[in-house]
Amino acid sequence: MGARSALAPLALIILLLAAWEAGCRVGHVPSYFLPPPSQIAAALAAGAPSLALAAWRTLSVALLALTLASVAAVSIGLAAALSPAVQRAVHPLAVGLQVTPLIAIAPLFVIWAGIDHPARAVVALAAVVAFFPIYSGTVTGLRSADPGLEKLFDLYGASPLQRLLRLRLPSAVPAIVEGHKVAAGLAIVGAVVAEFVAGSGGAQGIAWRILEAGNRLQTARMFAAILVLAVMAALLQFAFQALERRALIWWRGG
Amino acid sequence: MTAAPASDGEVAALAAVEVVYGPGPPALGPFDLSLRAGEIVSLVGASGCGKSTTLRLLAGLEAPSAGAVRLAAGRGETSMVFQSPTLAPWLSALANVSMPLDLEGAPGSKARERAAAALRRVGLSDAQGARPAQLSGGMAMRAALARALVTSPKLLLLDEPFAALDEITRRALADDLLKLWASERPAIVFVTHNVEEAVYMAHSVVVMTPRPGRAAARIAVEGELPRPQGFRTTAVFRQTAEAVSAELASAMASA
Repeated sequence: MGARSALAPLALIILLLAAWEAGCRVGHVPSYFLPPPSQIAAALAAGAPSLALAAWRTLSVALLALTLASVAAVSIGLAAALSPAVQRAVHPLAVGLQVTPLIAIAPLFVIWAGIDHPARAVVALAAVVAFFPIYSGTVTGLRSADPGLEKLFDLYGASPLQRLLRLRLPSAVPAIVEGHKVAAGLAIVGAVVAEFVAGSGGAQGIAWRILEAGNRLQTARMFAAILVLAVMAALLQFAFQALERRALIWWRGG
Repeated sequence: MTAAPASDGEVAALAAVEVVYGPGPPALGPFDLSLRAGEIVSLVGASGCGKSTTLRLLAGLEAPSAGAVRLAAGRGETSMVFQSPTLAPWLSALANVSMPLDLEGAPGSKARERAAAALRRVGLSDAQGARPAQLSGGMAMRAALARALVTSPKLLLLDEPFAALDEITRRALADDLLKLWASERPAIVFVTHNVEEAVYMAHSVVVMTPRPGRAAARIAVEGELPRPQGFRTTAVFRQTAEAVSAELASAMASA
């Protein structure tokens, strides 16, 4: 984005912040209800090191969950694409898990992981939500090979292994990469929800900071933590978009 | 039995084949077609008349519901080109062309050498490292032709290979294809919607009826292949094209 095109959104943000600040001061809004931007900025500055650490904890948990989900989803997706029986067996479970609201199953994970190990519950829950997009990307991708190429592989008598390694897996790369991009965003959501539900300080993540500040009615600190979370999630999304672009350039040569 | 050996000089033949998909009228047949070594036959007909089914039968990818398919060209001796180039986007032009050899388990260096030679023959020596996304439509189709020719097939099945190209490119490719044919003389079945192209490309044109596809007529095209310059303006070309058009019209009308 060029400097000129950044100008309009920036101007709007400054305008809104100014209106917010003015509104709080003129209307004598209590700061536990709606703190002015200046207070939020102060809270952000004061809490920066601990907020950054908490954000890093949530991020690393989400990335660990993404890795676990990736290994599981790609292998199960492979099995499902190779065997219709596996596909039929796995599909209802995967969809069922996908449509059940995350927040509803989060307490189960906290119970299973044990009150003393909230971090495990956070990783598990984030991995569960990250699973589906990677799984469905893998299954769709493995089936998306060009029908003409499939026919040529028939014509040249390719073995099932040759077909998998030389046709279906390479054809699936874009869909698998996209699945990971979507899953990365969901892993953050899963980690945040699990931290909320775990509710104790054991997880020490950014969501817990939000919860803690909220409970103490330190609304400016709460805003600051939300801001850090939003920025972190946005950076993660940008990183995965950039990764996806690079992967596609590698895949089809620019 | 559907894969009896072909008689002398015959590369492939369909004898009274019928193909039925589910209830309703058959998709094809009864249909006869025989193809001698080095012979080029065009198939013309309306969409859905079973031209692609015919190619699948000749490729051995499908068995007929009735009748016999005789194939002298064995595995690895038949190649196909489709309407779209169907190149693998993640592979270079060279790797795409060597794919049939790789699947046969040919040693890598030998496969690359033959693929490079095939690319040279279609005029793409400079594009060896290019990915399909970087090739124009005509270049991609040339690469697909190179991939079909790299195995030195006895039988080449072309399913509307030029349909997606502009007129200038398709004429250039038609002449190039005939020149390539002249060096190794594979038998070719050329499926097209275009009457002029059908006449230009082949020793004879088979006009097919609408579903179920049958041979309405087989019209021989006089003159040598590859075509001499200006063939499109000759009386022979015009008259043959008119005869094919007339057969096509009456085949459609009788449907």
